[in-house]
Amino acid sequence: MCAHSPDSGSHLSHADAGHPAADPPAGVVLSVAGLCKRYSEVIAVEDVSFDVHRREVVGLLGPNGAGKTTTLNMILGVLSPTAGSVRIGGIDLALGRARALAQANFSAVYAPLPGNLTVEQNLRFFGLVYGIPGLGRRVGELLREFDLERLRATKCGVLSSGEQTRVALAKAVLNRPRLLLLDEPTASLDPAAAQTVRARIRGLAAEAGCGILWTSHNMYEVEAVCDRVLFLSHGRILLEGDPRRLPREYGAATLEELFIRLAREPLAEPMGRAG
Amino acid sequence: MRMKPVAGILLRQFYLIRGSPVRALPMFAWVAIDIVVWGFITRYLNSMAAGRFNYVPSLLGAVLLWDFFTRIMQGVSTAFLEDVWSRNFLNLFATPLTISEYILGLVITSVGTSAVGLAVMLVLATAVFGLSFFSLGVLLVPFLLVLFGFGIALGILASALVLRLGPASEWLVWPLPALLSPFVGVFYPLATLPRWMQDIGHLLPPSYVFEGMRAVLAGRPFPAGGLAVGAAIAALDIVLAGYFFTRVFRYAIRTGLLARYSAESAS
Repeated sequence: MCAHSPDSGSHLSHADAGHPAADPPAGVVLSVAGLCKRYSEVIAVEDVSFDVHRREVVGLLGPNGAGKTTTLNMILGVLSPTAGSVRIGGIDLALGRARALAQANFSAVYAPLPGNLTVEQNLRFFGLVYGIPGLGRRVGELLREFDLERLRATKCGVLSSGEQTRVALAKAVLNRPRLLLLDEPTASLDPAAAQTVRARIRGLAAEAGCGILWTSHNMYEVEAVCDRVLFLSHGRILLEGDPRRLPREYGAATLEELFIRLAREPLAEPMGRAG
Repeated sequence: MRMKPVAGILLRQFYLIRGSPVRALPMFAWVAIDIVVWGFITRYLNSMAAGRFNYVPSLLGAVLLWDFFTRIMQGVSTAFLEDVWSRNFLNLFATPLTISEYILGLVITSVGTSAVGLAVMLVLATAVFGLSFFSLGVLLVPFLLVLFGFGIALGILASALVLRLGPASEWLVWPLPALLSPFVGVFYPLATLPRWMQDIGHLLPPSYVFEGMRAVLAGRPFPAGGLAVGAAIAALDIVLAGYFFTRVFRYAIRTGLLARYSAESAS
């Protein structure tokens, strides 16, 4: 059960300087330990623990209401956990919020960039907020990299879904994050645009070396992109493993079938492997 | 505190104002209308008084100072509301930005927008209606500083209320200055008020400004003591408002209000 965290509700008040970061295990960019979130009598997330390593894409899967977005919000510091800890690049989020979040970034379909700013203005605005050195050069790089140069003076509110996704991804990598959180980044894209985005994100993990935590309901996409998946249901992790091997190990034909079976478990207990 | 994130908040507001005449217009339009309306009222009253009393400094000066205070307060809260309207909290607060950096960005934005309004008011009131505010010289500075301090405090308080109560509570922000105006004696001495209203008035920094302004205009000594009290209360109010905002922010983080704010804004 969720024991109350001594840090919950107060972590934003701590100064970010002066708290030494514990050395993270080699290559670990995100370490979540015993994370719980309780709203009165409702437990949204219970005792969730996992790591994300450099160059690794980890899928966070689960039915609606499983606790995926709650978990992401706690990692992003916009929701305080009832118990447990989040360490980004070895820095405890509760003790060094600004330093921890400087190493992370995110993109979520439900958090569009301000539609009343242009593409370039949004990148400059968030670039300053993240304290990016050489911002003009970095914005130019991203406009080219994400094929946004012709849209640089267009307000984000009038972009198509695919274009908005590209801008959101450009903003998400502005600070060259060690940890990238992506909440259904391809949810509103056509298959061709989704494939391009997937390739780009895979490239980020491989070339930039960041660790990526990815949520999606598209099991085909998960198999294609993720090195490892975590199945979340009723706020708890039920399964963890390679998305290409898990279905066979648990007696399902496909990852989608395994997902559906897990989602329909009324009281989801950790499943036994197939004989 | 890092200055780049503060500059980011400022830059965003600059982009919004530069790109939208609808945002630029209120910086000077309403204060200009106020000065014109009150300017003609004072002219009329002066004609009735037939030279026995000059209403221009006491009435038009009071309008000018009160509008400056209102602009400061609304400058902070409007900059905050931009993030409510564009559902930007999640993007903003999932960054290394600290609350103090964010609030400082809002305050500096307000200084810029209010300075435009103040300049327009001074030019209009001086050029068209003969208000000789510049003759006060540096004495004007303490009056403005006290109003500035309290405007900042009230703007932060209003922003905290909207954060706590949700986007629909935006309407609470706009009438706040009008709610306070009867207690601070903008156009009349505090002694005019019943005792209980005077007691409230003494807790509000603008009271000391308007009492002081009337004293100076009546040829009495500069009320340094009263203004010092007003400045001290304004400074305390800023600290209390900042503390309140921080408490509300922590509450929003703890309860999930901040994470849900985007969804609520969409409804």
